[in-house]
Amino acid sequence: MKESFDVLIVGVGGQGTILASNILGEACLVAGVSVRGAETHGMAQRGGSVETHIRIGGVYGPLISPGTADLIISFDLLEALRYRHFLKTGGTIITSDAVVIPTSAFTDGAEVPTTDEIMERLGDVSCTAIDAAGLAVEAGTILAQNVVMLGAASHALPLSVEALREAISRCVPPKTVETNIRAFELGRACLEQ
Amino acid sequence: MNIRYMLGNEVIAQACLEAEIDFASGYPGTPSSEVIDYLRHQKDRDFYVEWSVNEKVAFENALAAAWTGIRSLVTMKHVGLNVAADPLLTSAYTGVTGGFVILSADDPYAHSSQNEQDSRRYALFAKIPCLDPASVREAHSMMRAAFAISEEVGLPVLFRPTTRICHSKSDVEPDVPGTGHRIGSFERNPQQYVVIPKHTRVLHKKLNEKQPAIAEMFVDRGFNTAEVRGTTAIISGGIAASYAEELISDDVSFAKIGAYPIDAAWLKAFVDQHETVLVIEELSPVIEEAVRMAATTTVVHGKMDGHLPFEGELSPAAVAQAMTSAGFAPTKTYPVVPPEEGIPARPPLLCAGCGHRAVFYAMKKVFKDGIFPSDIGCYTLGIQLGMVDTTICMGASITVGSGIAHSGEMRPVVCTIGDSTFLHTGIQGLLNAVYNGANMTVVILDNRITAMTGHQPNPNTGVTATGVASPPVSIEAICRSVGAPWVETVSSYDLTGLMQALQTAKDREGVKVIVARQPCVIAARREGIRRKPYVVDPEICTGCGLCVKFGCPAIEFHDGKAVITSLCSGCSVCADICPAGAIHKGGKQ
Repeated sequence: MKESFDVLIVGVGGQGTILASNILGEACLVAGVSVRGAETHGMAQRGGSVETHIRIGGVYGPLISPGTADLIISFDLLEALRYRHFLKTGGTIITSDAVVIPTSAFTDGAEVPTTDEIMERLGDVSCTAIDAAGLAVEAGTILAQNVVMLGAASHALPLSVEALREAISRCVPPKTVETNIRAFELGRACLEQ
Repeated sequence: MNIRYMLGNEVIAQACLEAEIDFASGYPGTPSSEVIDYLRHQKDRDFYVEWSVNEKVAFENALAAAWTGIRSLVTMKHVGLNVAADPLLTSAYTGVTGGFVILSADDPYAHSSQNEQDSRRYALFAKIPCLDPASVREAHSMMRAAFAISEEVGLPVLFRPTTRICHSKSDVEPDVPGTGHRIGSFERNPQQYVVIPKHTRVLHKKLNEKQPAIAEMFVDRGFNTAEVRGTTAIISGGIAASYAEELISDDVSFAKIGAYPIDAAWLKAFVDQHETVLVIEELSPVIEEAVRMAATTTVVHGKMDGHLPFEGELSPAAVAQAMTSAGFAPTKTYPVVPPEEGIPARPPLLCAGCGHRAVFYAMKKVFKDGIFPSDIGCYTLGIQLGMVDTTICMGASITVGSGIAHSGEMRPVVCTIGDSTFLHTGIQGLLNAVYNGANMTVVILDNRITAMTGHQPNPNTGVTATGVASPPVSIEAICRSVGAPWVETVSSYDLTGLMQALQTAKDREGVKVIVARQPCVIAARREGIRRKPYVVDPEICTGCGLCVKFGCPAIEFHDGKAVITSLCSGCSVCADICPAGAIHKGGKQ
């Protein structure tokens, strides 16, 4: 049986991981590929660490186990490190280069690794960090970081650019389609070979 | 073809529409809430839908609707079924005429729950059929069938999805909603609906007599399936079956349990054909106990001999590990990769501008040696501020508080409870505390909505589930009406007022009630309420860090100075905390 392509989307509650996974799911429908996903709802959303599993071509359960993700898309560099154990050998991480500093760093003095330290700890895997915030602003709104990340990750996804573009236009509010497509293209272009 | 990528709960609700549901009620609770939310947001709605004040109320409303012959749904999370357990157990005796489906969503791993109870046990306890889907697609087909099954057997049907069904997504092909609705008509039948001892003894016997046919039906209709492929077998049910199906090899037999009760003779015939059987299921060993009862010479593996855990949720990797441990080679193996260490935790937090945080802050200042029972809601996150000492179930803040107050414990008791939880089961606790003369302070954290589960309206919001304006409810009047002698209302953003009210409460005897009111900051933003954000003047900031300790996610600390980020919603509380007066209004909206 053909294996599924397993993508873990991680970030901080409120960054739009669910919209990003909806876009991937919708792109699977456009491409005629089966798909399974699992999300974090409820208590875990209030600014906490969130993970969304999506199995492109999946026909069984929605969960991805540690050591088996083909791709991790991370909206926060610290979260990329937190979830890296989900990556399979030879898998890829595409991440935002920014860190939302956990509130515990200020209230309890929890030590937060620096950007350089995180990149060094991720040095043994294929990991690319991009300026998602900068590109989102360039596209027209900081809120489009999630779609910038999908653009950057599009090179690694087994879905066509056309399917992804179509999925974006179906999933985002009609008034924001243009901005989001621009965000996708900017994200995609920044990792163009 | 109309294929959609849908959330499990939406698919379940869609199936109800396809089954021509006439009535739906529920109380919000993760992971069940989106079912009623989906139904109440339907544009062309030709059925009745309500958010009820608690699960028992929701259950009895829906049960009565089914007694009038219409198709009825009630939804709740697993612990909500405890609240509704009283009518549940006897509704099996009375039975129903219209299809009645009870959705009780279980939460293995307690992602957002206080326990990991298994609703299948309730179905067995009540002797009603239980449907346990293994996937989102199966949730769709099972829910569609559930109403007809209920009508056929004349019993409530328990539909039991788990978090990984409710909050999973899948490509599904929904059908068009049905249009053939019924009008309720109550036919008087005291022998069925009045459970005096004389009637109930007869009804109990009838209920027992129905059981074998139901078990057989679930085999005949393919809810419980078995395929013999070798001398060893895996038996699984629920979401765990989807993990097992991915990992089972072609020469291992597979039986899937999608519905209860399980036909004992059918199960025995399957088990007897195998030398070894492994049972894979989440939470309680419900299938495993049935298999062990059925087995004679077959070796049975599962939780009860240590191959699988009794708690938590399963995953493909956990199932593969159990298979390996029981001598079943999975078709895939999973590496054991430990998570990275030394990463600061990022737990969920009260939002920037959440009124609850200010109330907790004031309580901590005034009641330094207080005991703080709390309840179920966003404010349970007050544990991070050291202001939640107990949480057990809905409404138990006031009752735990009065229990401690009457125990001889001398420290002051100050409990917190949200508006929705107060209206759910808090009122009785307050009535009891006042009646019995407890000495305690009750702080009602009134944010005008049921926030944690996704901002569902309650009687305190002023609108119903379908957006119809509802009569105003006065929490203060409720408190006074049960006899509370001192009830004071304060804005949750008024730190000075909060501290004054708490100090007054501290100095008084008896039950003191403070209603701390401020609309949920998320809901307020959606309503278009905007406040100017606050900024720190770095020239005045002394770097004392008091504002940072407040714990608002909008306040950071860099280079010895506090900084307010774009998350600020302008609640102004940090400006009141700052001893140097360095925080003032002035940021850009």
